[in-house]
Amino acid sequence: MPATYEPIATTTLSTAASTITFSSIPGTYTDLRLVLVITGMSAGNRTGIQFNGDTASNYSTTRLQGDGTTASSTDNNTNPNIRITDVNQLSTSLQFITLDLFSYAGSTFKTALAELSNDRNSAGSVYRSVGLYRSTSAINSLNIMLLSAGTMSTGTTATLYGIKAA
Amino acid sequence: MANTYTLISSNTLSTSAASVTFSSIPATFTDLVLRISARNDRAVTNGTLRLTINANSSSIYSFTFLQGNGSAASSNRSPAITHLTDIPLLGSSATNNTFSSIEIYIPSYTASQKKPVSVFGVNETNATAIEMKVNAGLIDSTAAVSSIELTNVSTFQFISESSFFLYGIKNS
Repeated sequence: MPATYEPIATTTLSTAASTITFSSIPGTYTDLRLVLVITGMSAGNRTGIQFNGDTASNYSTTRLQGDGTTASSTDNNTNPNIRITDVNQLSTSLQFITLDLFSYAGSTFKTALAELSNDRNSAGSVYRSVGLYRSTSAINSLNIMLLSAGTMSTGTTATLYGIKAA
Repeated sequence: MANTYTLISSNTLSTSAASVTFSSIPATFTDLVLRISARNDRAVTNGTLRLTINANSSSIYSFTFLQGNGSAASSNRSPAITHLTDIPLLGSSATNNTFSSIEIYIPSYTASQKKPVSVFGVNETNATAIEMKVNAGLIDSTAAVSSIELTNVSTFQFISESSFFLYGIKNS
């Protein structure tokens, strides 16, 4: 039985940081999966993802979200990143995010499916979002970043997995 | 090459059962994933499955969910309760031979921090007013998860052929 779900790299922050980068991603898988647990970050901040160091407005996101009171849907088009979290309301809250990136080594635009779980015991948010990266280049690096000044807390962990179709 | 996504234990019911427990979960993985196909004998269409960890039924669980029923979307939450709940589970009023499909993901289950939980559960029965629900849970416990208990409301039972699979994922 071939191994089809393999860890490529993992990072645990030993000091607070504003970004986590996975570079030199091999093109040998079919899909990528990112598993991210943010142990805390500055209140009022958001998190996004860029690929291949591309800071141009080549990204878009459509979200379905709930905050414990209201369900809603929003989008961000022609953006410089794919947004993967809402505005953080509590600096110590845990945010659990997964992102599946399909056919990342192909020559078509890249689609990503992101999931956010952020319950704060009497408040919270839950997301499902689809992102698009309008580039035909294979993805060989991925940058998790805060969208305004601040840091992700010590203990934040990010793991990138590769999934093979065969 | 490491075996990254490993079946820890499974249980496919040959007779109905009030609960299913995964105990003595090894601490050698990074994340846990539960995949469930289940239904119970409660006389409702859309019921709920309950989850606790480490046999802890104190008020350490909370969640926020987003749901759709084929005609509308809504969101709600529950703070400080004794189990994670509002996890879709079809009851005996649902279309015959249909089962709920559920994935529950617990990252960093051995870390000495609170435990976020992601739940995605769906009921599809070729009928109206059915449920699809995504649930952000939080368990206010820093203890490693060594057991997971899945239970029903009141004395209702999971029916036979309900199946429960627990996987461990390693990041190295």
